[in-house]
Amino acid sequence: MVTVKELPKEEYLLKGHAACAGCGPAISLRLLFKALGNKIIMVVPACCTTVIQGPYPYTSSAVPLQNILFESTGAAASGITAALRQRKLEDITVVGWAGDGGTVDIGIQALSGAAERGTNFIYVCYDNEAYGNTGMQRSGATPYGAWTTTTPSGKRERKKDMPLIMAAHRIPYVATACTSYPMDFVNKLRKAKGIKGTKYIHLLAPCPTGWRYDTSKTVELGRLAVQTGMWVLYEIEDGKFRLNSPSDRLVDKSKRKPIKEYFGLQGRFRGLSEEDVERIRKWLDEDWEHYRKLAGNSVSDQALYGKI
Amino acid sequence: MGQTIIDTANHIAGYAARAARVKVVAAYPITPQTTIVEKIAEFVENREMDAEYIRVESEHSAMVACIGAAATGVRTFTATSAHGLALMHEALHWAAGSRLPIVMAVVNRAMGAPWSIWPDLSDSLSQRDTGWIQFYCADNQEVFDTIIQAYKLCEDERVFLPAMVCLEGFILSHTYTPAKIPDQEKIDAYLPAYKSGWTLDVDRPCSHANLVSPEWYMEFRYMIQEAMDNAKRLIPQIDKEYGKRFGSEYGGLVEKYKCEDADLIMVTMGTMGSDAKLAVDKLRKEGQKVGSARVRVYRPFPVEEIMKLAENTHILATIDRHISFGMEGFLASETKASLFNQKDRPLIAGFIAGLGGRDVTSETIEKVAKKSLKCMKEGKVEKETEWVDLRE
Amino acid sequence: MTAVPKKRKELPVTPLSFPTVGSMGKTGSWRTFRPEIDYSKCTRCTLCWVYCPDAAITREEDDSPKIDYDYCKGCGICANECPTKAITMKREEE
Repeated sequence: MVTVKELPKEEYLLKGHAACAGCGPAISLRLLFKALGNKIIMVVPACCTTVIQGPYPYTSSAVPLQNILFESTGAAASGITAALRQRKLEDITVVGWAGDGGTVDIGIQALSGAAERGTNFIYVCYDNEAYGNTGMQRSGATPYGAWTTTTPSGKRERKKDMPLIMAAHRIPYVATACTSYPMDFVNKLRKAKGIKGTKYIHLLAPCPTGWRYDTSKTVELGRLAVQTGMWVLYEIEDGKFRLNSPSDRLVDKSKRKPIKEYFGLQGRFRGLSEEDVERIRKWLDEDWEHYRKLAGNSVSDQALYGKI
Repeated sequence: MGQTIIDTANHIAGYAARAARVKVVAAYPITPQTTIVEKIAEFVENREMDAEYIRVESEHSAMVACIGAAATGVRTFTATSAHGLALMHEALHWAAGSRLPIVMAVVNRAMGAPWSIWPDLSDSLSQRDTGWIQFYCADNQEVFDTIIQAYKLCEDERVFLPAMVCLEGFILSHTYTPAKIPDQEKIDAYLPAYKSGWTLDVDRPCSHANLVSPEWYMEFRYMIQEAMDNAKRLIPQIDKEYGKRFGSEYGGLVEKYKCEDADLIMVTMGTMGSDAKLAVDKLRKEGQKVGSARVRVYRPFPVEEIMKLAENTHILATIDRHISFGMEGFLASETKASLFNQKDRPLIAGFIAGLGGRDVTSETIEKVAKKSLKCMKEGKVEKETEWVDLRE
Repeated sequence: MTAVPKKRKELPVTPLSFPTVGSMGKTGSWRTFRPEIDYSKCTRCTLCWVYCPDAAITREEDDSPKIDYDYCKGCGICANECPTKAITMKREEE
């Protein structure tokens, strides 16, 4: 088990970049480079990271990076991996790094196509639950009730379940992750690197600008998302669903922190009514029931038998 | 000695992609392009072509996959028509701005609404501003030869731009004619290994297409225009050299037929250029001094060639297989623009013909010629644009 | 630092950017609060280093954190996450 101290010291996300103070995605991008090293080619569609890199002639990433059209991460990755194969350079890992907009909305077709073709790459959706680059408009990944600039009275639709959509493509590896669980993310990336085919990781990345909270609370909020059960850490490896720590212990409802603790820290949920909260609570229970069924025998014994 | 095959322009385009040793093809089927991708799939699966065919899920993804592959250091090819080309519009801009030497066959087809599968040039001409070089072919042999020439041109460091090789749907795409496929060794000697201006390289990491402020954007655009100017210079040289090596050449930017002493020159694009030659011969037998000029390369526009043609003639008749609504055909506009600042200009009569696949025969072109000769005798062009064979 | 082109002929064929520290300049100027480390409380857990979005904290040989104030944006994540509260955020003077 790798610990934080064993992470390499080299930085491939260079300081002085354009991310907002407290940016969750920036933390995770830094860690992605530590997990995978620099023998990678990044594909980045229009998203926050497009701007985070900084303007020509500079860039803050120290790996080859193809900026590409908003819809097209999956397609670009298909082209790049094919070329690498033709040039016999298959030890280079191709990584798509896209926001939620470029994944669940405008980018879903190209990603679905790439997955259906089994394109050999790692796709990470860093989800700050809105169109961040253009100023926090709602996306398909914006959760129910959240304020965004295009849903000022709160989004009325539920968050699109992208990880399960990707799992339906029968790709060899699907996982969720969170900025606040760095080693979980690193381990998942390293595992993905060793698997052939399309690997999808959906990373919850808290965003002070979009979620309206004090910049210092990014990691705390991500943790609360998991501890309340609002975000679930799991893997689906070759179709087998497995909850990861600490989500595996939260099958037991009583172990989940109250969701109001999560909402309370975020300005974007200020408009939630009691009815909304109740609705969200009900959906959460239903989702967890679904996860419990998916986990089936692979739910850890400790969780099932309440040893922790 | 090569081999002579009898095949459709679409299949021949597939032969050309194979001969060019393309390494990645990403394409989506659309009538009337489909038999190109089917041929390539067949070649790849039979191991007659050492390449990968990415069966993308849309044309937009097709162009982006080609961009990704070309940026990673391999020769790429794709093909499309009409709405497929329109769907990849933003990616066309991206490819040209990325200065990647992608070659694409465009099987010309009319745009909807309503649906039409028949040929006209609206699809590719609508993309004239994207920075892509545009060739228009008049027969199957030219399709093969132009694809090979296009790689030679696009991968020249003075160019580094993508190119579309256009061929009319059904007229060429599905029509069987003989074509000579040169020996592979001869093509290998002509077309060296893939070259592009930059590559995604782990040993020399860089990021491409970061935000460029108003400080420098204009200069990058100027460089694309410079590359177009270089292409204009290089295309006739490449065509001539190709002709010496392989036996067929096409007049460079403009294929001229009996223009030297012509009073009237008919300016056309694509297969109409062939029919125009028949019309020229018939009219010459009747004593009319008529010539035809087939614009083979639309981008970069052959301004100087048009100026040369205009020097010794009294009237140019442009026949557009396309209309820019609210104005006129592109060929008419750009011919006029090329000549505006000249002191002695011929008359220019614009004609629209053949939209949505309406047949344009040599008789149609004779009709156009006779109308134009009448304008010439009267010393004026009454109508800037006339639609040919339009029903009442 | 990547050289800024001065003439058109210095430009690459298409905009290519090379890895640069400080692509946005010295982002330390964005700060309102600055983190200060009390090394007597610091246990060298390196969590502040892991969580810094800006890579503005480096790990010394003995794992003690060193903040680069030229680039620290003052987000306060390090202070919030430090298990021994060894980091406090102080308002920038002037």
